[in-house]
Amino acid sequence: MSKIQIEVLGSGCARCHKLEEVAQQVVRELQIDADVQLVNDVRRIVGYGVMQTPALVVNGSVKLSGVVSDKAAVTRAIMDELAKV
Amino acid sequence: MLNRFADFVAYHVLSLNPSTRLGGAVQFFIYDSIKIFLMLAVIIYGVSLLRSFFPPERTKAILSRQRQYVGNVLAALLGIVTPFCSCSAVPVFIGFVESGVPLGVTFSFLISSPMVNEVALVMLWGLFGWEIAGLYIATGVSVAIVAGMIIGRLHLESQVEEYVYQLQAGQGDLPSLHWRERHEYALAYVKDILRRIWPYVVVAIAIGGFIHGYAPQDFLVRYAGRNSWYAVPLAVLVGVPLYSNAAGIIPIVQALMEKGMSLGTALAFMMSVTALSLPEMIILRRVLKPRLIGLFVGILSVSILVVGYLFNAVL
Repeated sequence: MSKIQIEVLGSGCARCHKLEEVAQQVVRELQIDADVQLVNDVRRIVGYGVMQTPALVVNGSVKLSGVVSDKAAVTRAIMDELAKV
Repeated sequence: MLNRFADFVAYHVLSLNPSTRLGGAVQFFIYDSIKIFLMLAVIIYGVSLLRSFFPPERTKAILSRQRQYVGNVLAALLGIVTPFCSCSAVPVFIGFVESGVPLGVTFSFLISSPMVNEVALVMLWGLFGWEIAGLYIATGVSVAIVAGMIIGRLHLESQVEEYVYQLQAGQGDLPSLHWRERHEYALAYVKDILRRIWPYVVVAIAIGGFIHGYAPQDFLVRYAGRNSWYAVPLAVLVGVPLYSNAAGIIPIVQALMEKGMSLGTALAFMMSVTALSLPEMIILRRVLKPRLIGLFVGILSVSILVVGYLFNAVL
């Protein structure tokens, strides 16, 4: 199984860091092999077509955008992508 | 019922005397705090649910088909329902400009969205009544429309950082939401906002209660009454560093109005607090050249001053 790429898009606001934390936590709890990365380059954020940060991108597809870090939702988003590989 | 509960806590649990200033102030504090928190929870939940239907992506699609004027009006109105956090200002700005929303229309949105926000509305409604809350929405939307139109007329497209025009925004296919997700989103949003603002609300209501109980009647009439020429600009200036903290400001404004601050001055102050925010300007510097930021702040400040003087003159 290949490594899962998780990106947290956000330009450095408190909510973005919170989402990164939650994503890290979910990865630990699910015990999956994943790489969590904080992306604050506007060009890349816009490149994903995202307008509301923070946003959660799993393996290149936008899963959550603008939502407050909700652990259940983050878990679902990652599980969803896990099921595909 | 809330009032009875506040009476009970203040006069029985804490055994304060209702006829003393302290007793009155504590009762007032308990009543107002509970009322505001209940309203915040219920209304923010409702607004968030409604907002889950109006993501900025949809707003962008609507606005990219509009021209000046009609576009400004629509943008200011959509700003009320579209969620906005200053940390999203840059992607929203780029997304709008990139999809062909005129610059002035984009600014109408960028002004209205943070200014007419749900926390400010709840606090205004709860503490001042729906008339003032409505007046605030109407003037806020008008300021956003007018300021955006002026910026549009000045043709400042060259004052946007060049790279913005070269960006190619991706096609974000929005995950479609089910009711369960909308509910979760709204609930998480309520929790997030309340966690963030509760200390400010409590402290502000306490300060408001203190002013209400202890400051002499009419002590502000001379300085912040409608005939004081410097009150409006001073209010705007003081409001700038207090950015986006409507929760901590409105209870104090309410007490100050009781003591003689005029409505125009109070409105100008609240608009300055919500709309003129230093961190937001710093964030927008990533997409706007300094001259446009300066013009944006200048035009917005003048519009707010006009609102202040206008209401002081006619009411």
